[in-house]
Amino acid sequence: MDLGPHAAFIVGAYVIATAVVTALIVWVTVDHAAQKRTLAELERRGITRRSAETPPLRIKETA
Amino acid sequence: MALIDLANPTRFVALVERVLPWLAAATLTAFAFGLWGAYGAPDDYQQGATVKIMFIHVPNAWLSMFVWGVMSAAALGTLVWRHPLADVAAKCAAPLGAAFTFLALVTGSLWGRPMWGTYWVWDARLTSVLVLFIMYLALIALWRTVDDPARAGRAAAILTLVGAINLPIIKFSVDWWNTLHQPASVFRIGGPAIDLSLLMPLIVMALAFTLLFVTLHLAAMRNEILRRRVRTLMLTQAERAA
Repeated sequence: MDLGPHAAFIVGAYVIATAVVTALIVWVTVDHAAQKRTLAELERRGITRRSAETPPLRIKETA
Repeated sequence: MALIDLANPTRFVALVERVLPWLAAATLTAFAFGLWGAYGAPDDYQQGATVKIMFIHVPNAWLSMFVWGVMSAAALGTLVWRHPLADVAAKCAAPLGAAFTFLALVTGSLWGRPMWGTYWVWDARLTSVLVLFIMYLALIALWRTVDDPARAGRAAAILTLVGAINLPIIKFSVDWWNTLHQPASVFRIGGPAIDLSLLMPLIVMALAFTLLFVTLHLAAMRNEILRRRVRTLMLTQAERAA
């Protein structure tokens, strides 16, 4: 595909968009893993909510 | 599941866990079709191949305003109805809106240099979008500054509603003032001014970016609910230790 004399601008725009979208996906994924890990650690230490008798959310042990 | 059940964070998280894989698949499919359409789209008779920047610039520009609109609706939910998930939705939308606005500014700048001869000009459209970007950053800073989520939520809601004044200014800036940025060419009286061969990939890419926002927003909201759960447990632990 011939992008003409301004190819660097076109490719640059798509590269930056890809980088930002990838960063957002990584941020959300890493944050989710971190919160699940912390919750599992707290539950392992016996620190649970009062409503924990009616299991609200299945937190899988990651470690 | 009734709609009212979504006010329950636990049920909301369970629902998000169920729909996220489907939303992610729909987003990927839309991007595949959109990028394929953008790749095969013809060159513009004046701009040549640089018109391909439009397929990422315009969806991000739309989303920059749409996300603030979502945050404004959430702000009403916080201030008027005190919905438990409203400030969660607003907080999680802000970084996404900032990212889309950043992309709109950067890709617009990269499009402007070969077409206008400059990366930046202080015209009404570009400046009002830059103001929007700064307001997103201010909201993120506000959320990080105030420790109590409920207090931060109310302050952020007020700032969001005040900032919503900027949305019609952005939209109509190209009509109200003489700008280097072109006037509306899709949503305008008389129909789109773009040929169908360029309009179709643009619509599909806009759909793909919107699905991306919805997917990331729901995932970030789930994370925020878990973060608040962690915070509550930490406080409980501190109380027991005291």
